[in-house]
Amino acid sequence: MIETRGLTKRYGSTLSVDDLTFTVEPGRVTGFLGPNGAGKSTTMRMILGLDRPTSGQALINGKPYGDLVDPLRTVGALLDAKWVHPNRSARAHLRWLARSNRLSASRVDEVLDQVGLTEVADRRAGAFSLGMSQRLGIAAALLGDPGILLFDEPVNGLDPEGIVWIRKFMQRLANEGRIVLVSSHLLSEMAMTASDLVVIGRGSLISQSTTDEFVDRASGSNVRVKSPHIIEFTDVLRQHGLLVGPSGDDDRVVIVTGRGASTARIGDLAAANGIALHELSLHRGSLEEAFIKITSGDVEYSAGNPTSDRERASALVAAGR
Amino acid sequence: MSLIAAERIKLASTRSPWWCTAFAVLSTVALSVVAALAMARDSFIPVTVATTQMGYTLGMAVVMVMAALAVTTEYSVGTIRTTFLAMPHRGHALAAKTVVVAILAFLIGLAVSLSSWAIGLLVLPDADLALHGATQWRQVGGVALVYAVAAVIAVAVGTLTRHTAGAVAIVLVWTLMAEQLLVVIPGIGEAAQPFLPFQAAKQFLSAGEVPADASLLSQPWFAMLYFAATAAALLAIGIGVARRRDA
Repeated sequence: MIETRGLTKRYGSTLSVDDLTFTVEPGRVTGFLGPNGAGKSTTMRMILGLDRPTSGQALINGKPYGDLVDPLRTVGALLDAKWVHPNRSARAHLRWLARSNRLSASRVDEVLDQVGLTEVADRRAGAFSLGMSQRLGIAAALLGDPGILLFDEPVNGLDPEGIVWIRKFMQRLANEGRIVLVSSHLLSEMAMTASDLVVIGRGSLISQSTTDEFVDRASGSNVRVKSPHIIEFTDVLRQHGLLVGPSGDDDRVVIVTGRGASTARIGDLAAANGIALHELSLHRGSLEEAFIKITSGDVEYSAGNPTSDRERASALVAAGR
Repeated sequence: MSLIAAERIKLASTRSPWWCTAFAVLSTVALSVVAALAMARDSFIPVTVATTQMGYTLGMAVVMVMAALAVTTEYSVGTIRTTFLAMPHRGHALAAKTVVVAILAFLIGLAVSLSSWAIGLLVLPDADLALHGATQWRQVGGVALVYAVAAVIAVAVGTLTRHTAGAVAIVLVWTLMAEQLLVVIPGIGEAAQPFLPFQAAKQFLSAGEVPADASLLSQPWFAMLYFAATAAALLAIGIGVARRRDA
């Protein structure tokens, strides 16, 4: 289990990570999501003992990283694929890592085979493409067969083939029962790989939930309703605390958002009030735009300020179109 | 031991330590050949075991550059983070690196000093270059010790600066210029000399037989101890700083 408690990192006057508390449970891929500069890498570096927190702590299976004996057996990490000596061969890079954590030399060949680098293992790592470097980084992370894996923006800069490969690889690792924490600034990417999401913005926690919950919230569960009695029905919906906006393309169509704006609830309300519906459909907004709205106003959002929630909900409606 | 083995693989798996080793040995040996030939022609240089080792500073400078690079390259290419991920106890990781680099420096020093002495034997067959006793053994074998300690200083400087250019500049200016210049400053030079680490190393290597009742500072083994203590202190500071700062 990965756990942070009040984790804070300050560089001079900038607060890079602000009182971050979250846990990552075993058995699933957890996405660590936030815009660039939100503090994801800094947080990962503190979890791995590379950076010293200003206050708070990060624990791995209840211990600080620095207290782990032969840490590569517990945690594998890929933070930057370029952290390899360019003149050292891929095999030599893995050999010294294996040796430092008392892992058998045969593991080197096994992980090279796992990531498909066996044929180029004796070439210097500096000549590798980004995709190959990324694979070498993953091989290094897997060396100690760890139960916990951390990847920082693993698909950044990769070609589509490489992206698909990494995605499948991470899912396989999670299916083997490992904890996988993957950071990304792309919600659409995370929606495809992660089942849980820890979302941060400007260094503080915005939400920790399942990906489905977050996507629903981010896309605003934006429901399109068409009815010949739309004006009456709009009043009913507003009485039940839902937000109703015009669709823009048809007078008889409205877009319903807000908490509880599900097709089931709206259908039930229509039936209870004897209103005929001609269309009732769930529309997902543009995830990325909604995500930007949410993370850019993260402070108010996490405080649950109702006004800003409403503002954001209308922004979500706009984003949906 | 696993950390030392890992650092050994690291050092051996890139080419620059090998080039540095070859350069240190060949350049010093070449200098010794020239010096021996000069001594054979002119008689104003007294030929002793100690004078066969005159060129040791050149090889030492190369060894120190190699040792500083062993650390600064890790910082410049980012592998220091990979290292600290694999070995989160930074003190142990850097100590292991220091041990490996110091052992290589010792072996280079041994190769340099023995071949320089052998060249003396070949070029100056009439001179008395036999290793009669402890003094002569110190003058030749001591080079290996001095190289090892100098390598520790360079690792410490590399750890503190984290930059190749800065570390190399400090190491070269310090060993090849700064101390020599300080020594010739009238008044303070002579007083400061015994306290300059590389002057102490020189004293350790070049001193002849010293009477047992001579002052402590002029005792060669005391000079060596002082040199080694300086290296240990610098390394301790370097490790202390590396443990505190963000990698």
